[in-house]
Amino acid sequence: MESFKIVAFKLGEEEYGLDITNVQSIERIQQITRVPNAPHYVKGVINLRGTVTPVIDLRAKLDFDCTDYTKDTRVIITKNEEIQLGIIVDRTSDVLDIAKENIENATSLSGNTEFFEGIAKLNGRLIILLNLEELMKTTNY
Amino acid sequence: MEYNDFLEMFIEESKDHLQNINDELLKLEADPDNTSIVNEIFRSAHTLKGMAATMGFEDLASLTHDMENVLDLLRNSKLTITSEIMDIIFTCVDFIEKMVTNIEQGGNGKENVTDIVFQLKKIQDPSLAMNLENQAINETAATAQLVMDEFQLSVINEAIKFGNHAYQISVTLDEQCVMKAVRAYMVFQVLEELGEVLQTNPPVEQIEEEGFNDTFSILLLSPQEAQDIQKQLLNVSEVKQVLVVEQGNQQGKIDEEVLVKEVEKADPTPKQNGNEESDSSKKKPRSKSIRVDIDKLDQLMNLFSELIIDRGRLEQIAQNTHLNELTETVEHMTRISTNLQELILNMRMVPVEQVFNRFPRMIRDLAKELNKKIELIIEGAETELDRTVIDEIGDPLVHLIRNALDHGLETTKDRIECGKPEEGKVVLKAYHSGNHVFIEVKDDGKGINREKVLSKGIERGVVTLEDSQNLTDSQVYSLLFSSGFSTADKISDISGRGVGLDVVKTKIESLGGAISVDSTLGQGSIFQIQLPLSLSIIYAMLIKVANETYAIPFNSIVEITNVARDEVVTLHGQKVIQFREQVVPLIYLQEVFHVPSAPNETEVQELFIVIVRKGDKTVGLVVDSVLGQQEVVLKSLGSYLTNLYAISGATILGNGEVALIIDSNQFIN
Repeated sequence: MESFKIVAFKLGEEEYGLDITNVQSIERIQQITRVPNAPHYVKGVINLRGTVTPVIDLRAKLDFDCTDYTKDTRVIITKNEEIQLGIIVDRTSDVLDIAKENIENATSLSGNTEFFEGIAKLNGRLIILLNLEELMKTTNY
Repeated sequence: MEYNDFLEMFIEESKDHLQNINDELLKLEADPDNTSIVNEIFRSAHTLKGMAATMGFEDLASLTHDMENVLDLLRNSKLTITSEIMDIIFTCVDFIEKMVTNIEQGGNGKENVTDIVFQLKKIQDPSLAMNLENQAINETAATAQLVMDEFQLSVINEAIKFGNHAYQISVTLDEQCVMKAVRAYMVFQVLEELGEVLQTNPPVEQIEEEGFNDTFSILLLSPQEAQDIQKQLLNVSEVKQVLVVEQGNQQGKIDEEVLVKEVEKADPTPKQNGNEESDSSKKKPRSKSIRVDIDKLDQLMNLFSELIIDRGRLEQIAQNTHLNELTETVEHMTRISTNLQELILNMRMVPVEQVFNRFPRMIRDLAKELNKKIELIIEGAETELDRTVIDEIGDPLVHLIRNALDHGLETTKDRIECGKPEEGKVVLKAYHSGNHVFIEVKDDGKGINREKVLSKGIERGVVTLEDSQNLTDSQVYSLLFSSGFSTADKISDISGRGVGLDVVKTKIESLGGAISVDSTLGQGSIFQIQLPLSLSIIYAMLIKVANETYAIPFNSIVEITNVARDEVVTLHGQKVIQFREQVVPLIYLQEVFHVPSAPNETEVQELFIVIVRKGDKTVGLVVDSVLGQQEVVLKSLGSYLTNLYAISGATILGNGEVALIIDSNQFIN
C-alpha cells in the first residue's frame, strides 16, 4: 500500500495538508515587512535566518475571513523548485501518513478548487490536500 | 568524490589551460623563435590531453593529441612556425574550447574535427596525409628495436658533444604487474629526471594506454652513467629487467654530411631546451589556492549577516544591563566581525584580468578579419571586482571593443592618409576610484561624428530636429545608447546590428553601474563604464515612511533636502518644487507604496525630500524622516515576488527586520 506523509494544519475548523517533502520548516509568526503593491494575500517578507522569504496568508488566498494572529499561528515554510514561500495558517496539528487509495479528488468542493489536490480520508477526518504549485502562482495581481 | 565533482574540476582546469595556451600562442606569434613558449604550450596541451582521456572524452583527447604532435615538432625545431600553422593551431584551440563548453553544458564534447585533424596531420608530414591508414598499421608492426631518423641522430650527435650519452633502454615489467601504464609512467618520471627522453617504442601515448607487452624501449639522452640509470630504474617496483645500451658513437658516424646540415636546423639544441624549461617553471610559482563554489561564499555571507544581527542584540543587552565585562566582550566581537566581513567580501573579489585576458585573442582574430593593424594595450588588469560583476561584464566589453575596432578605428589606408601611425591603438584600462571601479575602452580612431549621429538620430526618431540644435556634445553622444541606433553605414559581421550599445547600457545599469562616452573628432573616442565594487553590499540611505523603513541606494541619490510645505506647488496636477533653479517633480512614497499612516501622525510643516537621479532627470522622493546611511547586504526577494513596482530587493537591518530597497529608476520615465 503506497502512502506518503503530510503536514496537517487548520484554518478555523477545517483541516488541510501539504506534502511533507515540500515543507522545509514550521516557524512562529514573526516581524513581517509589508511589501507595497503586492497581491493582497501577500503579507510581506520575513527574515528567515538570513534569507528574505515572502509569506502569504492562506486565509486571504483562499478567500476566508481574516482573523488576528494568535500564539498558535504558524508559518509553514515551503519550497517547490526555485520558489520559497511561507504560508500562514491558524495552527499546525500533525504529521500524518496518508494512503494513496484514501484520496478522493476535490471536484465535489466548490470555490477555489484549483488549489486543491484532493481530499484525504483518515479515520473519519477529512483533510484537504493543497496543490503547492498552484498556490505559488501569482496570477491575480 | 563523485564523477560530477571531477567533471567540474576538469572543466575549470581545462579552461585555465586553454586560456594559458591562448595567451602563450599570442606570445609565440610575436616571438616565434622562443622555444620556451612552445614548451609552455606543449605542457598545457599535454595536461589537457591527459585530463580529457581520463574523463573519457575521446574526441577531445585525440584532437589535443594531434595538436600536441605538431607542437612537439615545433619545440624540437623540426618545423618552423608559419602564420598558417599558427592559424591552424588557433582554430584547433577554438575547437577544443567548443568541446569544453559543450561538456560544461552537459554534452559529450563531440565535434566534427576531421577537417582540422587532417590539417594537423598535414603539417606533421605533408606526404603522410595521403596514407593515414597505412601509418596505423606500420606503427603496430614496428619492432621493439628503435629506429632512429636522421634528425634524432643529429640530436644525439650534438648532445654527445655536450658530454651527454645516448642510451637505448629496454624496460621489462613483471608479468604480475596490474597497472602497467602507471609503472611505465613512473619509469618515465625517473627518466625525465635523469635526462631527456627522445623516443619511445611503442609511442608514449600507446604506453599510457597499456598498449605494450611487458617490455618497452626508450631512447634517452643523459649525462649519467649507464649503471646509475639501470640502478635507478630498477628501484621502480615491479620492474623486472632493465637493459641499458649506450648508443650514438658508432651510429652517429653514419652520414656526417647529412648530419651537419641537420644539426644546423636543429638549433637550439635539446640541451638548451631543457634548461629553458626549468627556468620558465621557476619563474612561475604556483600560488596556493583552492577553488570554492560561489554559492558557498554566499552561504558564508548569509551566516555572517545573521551573526551581525545577533551581535546587535548583544550590544543592546550589554547596554541595558550595564555589565562591563559583557560590553568589553561585545566590543571585541565587533572588531573581529568587522575584519571578518572585510575578509569575506575580499574572497569574492577577483582580478578583472579574468575577463581581460580573452581579448588579446579576440582582437587578433578581428584585426585579421577587418584587415586592420591593431595594438591592444591592457592596463590595470589586476583591479579587483566582485565575481558576480566579472561574470556579467564580459559581453558588454566585447561589444565595446568590437565597436572600437569596427567603427572607431579607420582602415589602414585612411590612417596613413590622415598621417596617423599605421597601427591603431585600443586601450583597455581598469582602475579603482572611491567605491567604484572604472573600465575604459579607448581607441585612437576617427572619433564620433556629431553631425552624423544627429542626422541618424533624427532619421530614427530618437531626437527631434528642434531639440537637436540645443544638445551638448555629450548629450549627442549619449544618443548612441538609445535603442535601434547604429551609425555604421555598412552593416558588418562584427558590429552594427543596431542593437549594440543600448543593450550594453541596459546590462551595465542592471549591475548598478553607468556608462558614458567622450570623443574628439579625428583623435578617437573613449567609453567609460562605472561599476560598483560589489553587488552584494551597497551603500544605502535608510529612510522612514510612517512606520516602515526603506533603503535608497546611494548611487542614485543626488541630495537630501527639506523644504517648507508651502514651497510645494501644483503644476498640471503634479506636485513640484523648485530646487537649484530646476523644477523637480515630487513623489510621495506614502502614496505610491500605500503605507498605512502611523496613528499619532501630525501635520508637519517641513518635508524631507530625497532627490534622486536617472540620467539627467531628477525627482524628489518625499519621506518622513532620514535615519542615516549604512552599508547593507543586498538580498533578493526570491522568485515568488517578481516585477514589484520600484522595489529592487531587500536587506536585513541590524535588528533583524527586513527593509525593502527602493529602485528609484522606476519613478523616472
